[in-house]
Amino acid sequence: MFAYDLRLALDSMKRHPGLAALMVLAIALGIAVCTVTFTMYHAMATNPIADKSSQLYAVTLDTWSAERPYDDEKPENPPQLLTYRDATYLHGATAAKRTVVMYKSGALLVPERRGVKPYNAMLRVTSHEFFPMFDVPFEYGQGWDAAADQGPAPVVVIGHETNQKVFGGENSVGRTLKLGKVEYRVVGVLKPWAPSPKFFDLNNGAFEDPEDAYIPFGWGKSLELPVYGNTNCWKPEVGNSYQDFLNSECIWLQFWAELPTAADRDRYQAFVDNYARSQKATGRFPRPLNNRLYDVSQWLDRNEVVQRDNRVLIGIALMFLGVCLVNVVGLLLAKFLNAAPLTGLRRALGASRRDIVRQHMTEVLLIGLTGGVLGLLLAIGGLAGIRSIYASDFAGGAYERLTQVDPVVVLVTLGLSLAAGAIAGLYPSWRIGRTAPAIYLKTQ
Amino acid sequence: MFQMTNVTKAYRTDLLETHALREFSLTVDKGEFVAVTGPSGSGKTTFLNVAGLLESFDSGTYRLDGEDVSKLDDDARSRVRNHKIGFIFQSFNLIPDLNVFDNVDVPLRYRRLPAAERRERITAALDLVGLSSRVKHLPSQLSGGQQQRVAIARALAGDPALLLADEPTGNLDSLMARQVMDLLEQINGMGTTIVMVTHDQELARRAHRNVQVIDGQITDYKPYESHSATVTVLHPAADATYG
Repeated sequence: MFAYDLRLALDSMKRHPGLAALMVLAIALGIAVCTVTFTMYHAMATNPIADKSSQLYAVTLDTWSAERPYDDEKPENPPQLLTYRDATYLHGATAAKRTVVMYKSGALLVPERRGVKPYNAMLRVTSHEFFPMFDVPFEYGQGWDAAADQGPAPVVVIGHETNQKVFGGENSVGRTLKLGKVEYRVVGVLKPWAPSPKFFDLNNGAFEDPEDAYIPFGWGKSLELPVYGNTNCWKPEVGNSYQDFLNSECIWLQFWAELPTAADRDRYQAFVDNYARSQKATGRFPRPLNNRLYDVSQWLDRNEVVQRDNRVLIGIALMFLGVCLVNVVGLLLAKFLNAAPLTGLRRALGASRRDIVRQHMTEVLLIGLTGGVLGLLLAIGGLAGIRSIYASDFAGGAYERLTQVDPVVVLVTLGLSLAAGAIAGLYPSWRIGRTAPAIYLKTQ
Repeated sequence: MFQMTNVTKAYRTDLLETHALREFSLTVDKGEFVAVTGPSGSGKTTFLNVAGLLESFDSGTYRLDGEDVSKLDDDARSRVRNHKIGFIFQSFNLIPDLNVFDNVDVPLRYRRLPAAERRERITAALDLVGLSSRVKHLPSQLSGGQQQRVAIARALAGDPALLLADEPTGNLDSLMARQVMDLLEQINGMGTTIVMVTHDQELARRAHRNVQVIDGQITDYKPYESHSATVTVLHPAADATYG
């Protein structure tokens, strides 16, 4: 019976192509707007490390001023970053399964390869457990060990793109790479890896590209590598040397701990609080005790990766779809009621109400699905337009990722279009299903 | 075949109550060809709609092919219409976008018959009405008489126990009307019960029995001895015999 209903639906659409096109277009526009907003929302709201999300914690300590909170609008939130003193202390302790201390920096990369010009490479200066902790996938080689952090050893892990650019994509483990003044030995090459949002460092935008290369944390101090991110201080810091900067109350380091169980988390919270109390005893940490551990989801919320505006936009897009659907309902009612004599005839010939509703719902769902496919194409075009307009305003491939239509979005779009069709068609189909067979037979 | 007893049907609005059928009783035997005549507004079409389960009625009983169909729900009424009743309308009521084959196919689709059986029934029905060579034609490509024959084929394809015809020749010229009547007689001769509403006394004369409806009631009926019998216009006040 479905094949018959489908044929009737196609015949009906062919009989009134203008009306069918209008309804398809109305649904397509609504779906396109929803798809564009949903795509961007989905990209923002995705947890990029969902499997370990509840085991990885951003560690925050309220080291800020007694006079005012770090964030006036949300005074309950401690700063997102740590001082060097606190971060290195916590990193040196063994209270967590793994910890990572890190920051973003940069250095001039001088490629060996002919024809590739030197460029300013983005670096992640990090302790060695960054790679296993964040499940970073390796194409060749591996990371480094704790000794290399301390040394620091001249080793580097490079990203997939960097390996393509500098070494032509070959296994470059063992090769050397000059970054600034130091020649590093490549120990690992990553597979393509770009967690989005870039949860482990939200300082430079949640959707920026990952760094080109990763070097041991110790190099930060020995080379006095600059911070490519925020450095915030709550009081004037007097100092003439890099060591003074390291000793200051300025915050600039990201710190993460891997705590597999809730008990681990509670123990680590107690450890951090005890550390804070000990610092209070020395005159630091003037504010009330407020140290927080955020898992990845909480961290993304805390940093408002998905801004309220985006949620509002989703609502507006759904309202727009609703308006489109209201119009479609009107058109469907007019169309179906116009064909009521034929429906009456079918009822007289033995079609039940259910047959009539099913026949008309098939047509509506076909219109919805066609609108969905067209809406998806419009959305892809719209997203490409957004990319071309705004790409230059954002670092790296941020907008590429935000405006990528992925399979989830395609499925949601098609589901939404079917749901939209069903919602729009339910009343007109039900109404036409109530057609009394006798009314139109004389006049048909 | 069917038996209506004391059936009443009224149409109501806020201001008016119009009694279309009053204590309407009629029995039609299997294989009969009954003509229902009467002036406009007398209730003929309402009777036909009730008989065809296209409309419900207020009181009384109606048995069709041995089954009490008075209290059936909408689904069951659709099923009975589809399985037991064939309709022929004055204005043919073919679906303009469907060709002859597909028009005849419509009631069979709702019976969920397999494709092969549907094809067999459609071919047989179109053979019977002499239109098997026009299966691909659209209704607009056929004459009025041919369209009515398609409608008859559609009514017959489901092998109904009862054929209800509402002014089947009303839109046809006299030649085509005669051909359609010949066809109905032929179908009746094959055992199908036919109830035909008509204004045309000459056509009514060709039925086995003539029933006259006036003001929602049967005023009289008379079995015709032969097709050449004269039709008497019965006075409403004459004695009525109810079947």
